[in-house]
Amino acid sequence: MKPGLPATLWALALLALAAMGVLLGTAVGSQGWEAWWAAAQDPVMAQIVRDIRLPRSLGAWLGGALLGLSGAVAQGLFRNPLADPYLLGSASGASLGVGLYLSLFGGSVLASGWWPRLGMTGAAFVGAVVAVALTLLLARGVQQTLRLLLAGVVVGVVLGALTSLIGLFQPPVLQAMQGFMLGSTAFVGWTACGLMALALAFALAMAWTLARVLDALTLGEATAQSLGMPLRAARLWLVAALSLATAAAVAQMGLIAFVGLAAPHAVRSLVRCTHAGVLWLSALMGGALLLLADVLARGLLAPQDLPVGVLTAVLGGVYLLWRMNAVRRVAA
Amino acid sequence: MNQSQIALQTRSLRVTLGGREVLRGIDLDLAAGRWTCVVGPNGAGKSTLLKALAGLLPYLGEVQWQGRPLTHLPRRERARQLSWLGQGESASLDLRVHDVVMLGRLPHQDWLAVPSAQDLAMVEAALKATQAWDWRERSLGELSGGERQRVLLARAMAGNAPLMLMDEPLANLDPPHQVDWLEQVQCLKAQGTTVVSVLHEIGMALYADDVLVMDKGQVLHHGSCDQVATREAIETVFAQRIRILSLDGQWVVLPRSD
Repeated sequence: MKPGLPATLWALALLALAAMGVLLGTAVGSQGWEAWWAAAQDPVMAQIVRDIRLPRSLGAWLGGALLGLSGAVAQGLFRNPLADPYLLGSASGASLGVGLYLSLFGGSVLASGWWPRLGMTGAAFVGAVVAVALTLLLARGVQQTLRLLLAGVVVGVVLGALTSLIGLFQPPVLQAMQGFMLGSTAFVGWTACGLMALALAFALAMAWTLARVLDALTLGEATAQSLGMPLRAARLWLVAALSLATAAAVAQMGLIAFVGLAAPHAVRSLVRCTHAGVLWLSALMGGALLLLADVLARGLLAPQDLPVGVLTAVLGGVYLLWRMNAVRRVAA
Repeated sequence: MNQSQIALQTRSLRVTLGGREVLRGIDLDLAAGRWTCVVGPNGAGKSTLLKALAGLLPYLGEVQWQGRPLTHLPRRERARQLSWLGQGESASLDLRVHDVVMLGRLPHQDWLAVPSAQDLAMVEAALKATQAWDWRERSLGELSGGERQRVLLARAMAGNAPLMLMDEPLANLDPPHQVDWLEQVQCLKAQGTTVVSVLHEIGMALYADDVLVMDKGQVLHHGSCDQVATREAIETVFAQRIRILSLDGQWVVLPRSD
């Protein structure tokens, strides 16, 4: 591994990639490639771009950024390069929230009305937060990483089973939830964009101010403590940032696989920097990854809309396999 | 020992881990600016003692640093007073060597502040002292185990704390770099730093000013290496399986086979 471009240049490159992705994203529609700039006079096209494609593209970027950021926080906090944002049970909590909402109020995850949208978002958010709270309760706080991880697994499995149970008794809910479980940007509008932008700003600010604690934690708990780091408070804030970012993304887009795991990995394989840089770059990387995957998912089988979660799962799996081989070669 | 010279003091220090009493009432007086080495068989409580001295474990009894109870020192102040190098300490392999050593300056830096000129100077001095300056731009993952250990030692030295606690600092170091470490400890002492280390290398431990011989959570002997009683205590605690001999004015440790 050679020192490549400095972190700021990577950040600019990822931003440029995102800008390009938004441009592409607004030019891919239900008919495949439909460059809006070629039909700038058409009011229908203008409306489609403004109300559907633009929020969807920006939303994909924001959601990816949230997942990338929470992945970086999770991997730093749990000192485990395989940690991902869904670790504390937030994903299964969000699914259960949506499942409960649908079984109580009916409707579809594709509903575009304001109230169902907000209701579903709220349900997913509350579900995610409750799941994380439950995990923290079972782990008796955030001091012990192993307890926290195990409690996250337990909560994930139990809440997942409850969601399946709802599906068993109410088959329509199961069908309606499928899109959510696969992860898709199809439901993202301007409201969702606003919510995610707000969550990203908060979570990034919280995590970034605690980046030094994450750096110190790489030396181990005891050493971080000996360096005077306020570990207990910092862990609580970092878990809060992680949950906020994950819940906000999951509530808008469902369960998008691998972005939260792969984005920080990709950043660390490209740049050698402390967590202050890793956090920012992981957000930018996650955003760029999900946005480009979304463009691809929409364009690949147009007019069929492939759920982007399926694509990220495949691409992410291939990427991790490739990284695994790269690591093995270095180790050999 | 003059009371004013005592830097680190413990009274009835007890630590219980998982229901087992690992330290069973330890009274210590460690002089300022001296190097004390803790030796003893596996499970004697050496590392636990060091952790308790660093305030990293809950304990009963009293630990005082320069006459003040350790628990009364604010967290950052304590971090500036004592530097800790853990056993088998690891670090993210992606971090640059320079960034790792800069972490040793955290107790001196304001939250979110960029490193000061003094921080940079201390990091450079520590990296040069451990002969790791040339690797400062490399990542930890590119270094061997011994090289990493030198970087982590530099990290512990960069804090410039008057008390340095090191648990098995010689792990992974080849003999020439073990000798370098001895010289670094002499330098630290010359600056007035009080050094306490746990060592398994008895031959190296005998270069310390004082040796603390531990077994079963208690201190069996505390004295300088020149004393016959100290060397006898070491031989005893290792069940007479080693012999300490004098060779050309230096102590050598040999296994004693029956």
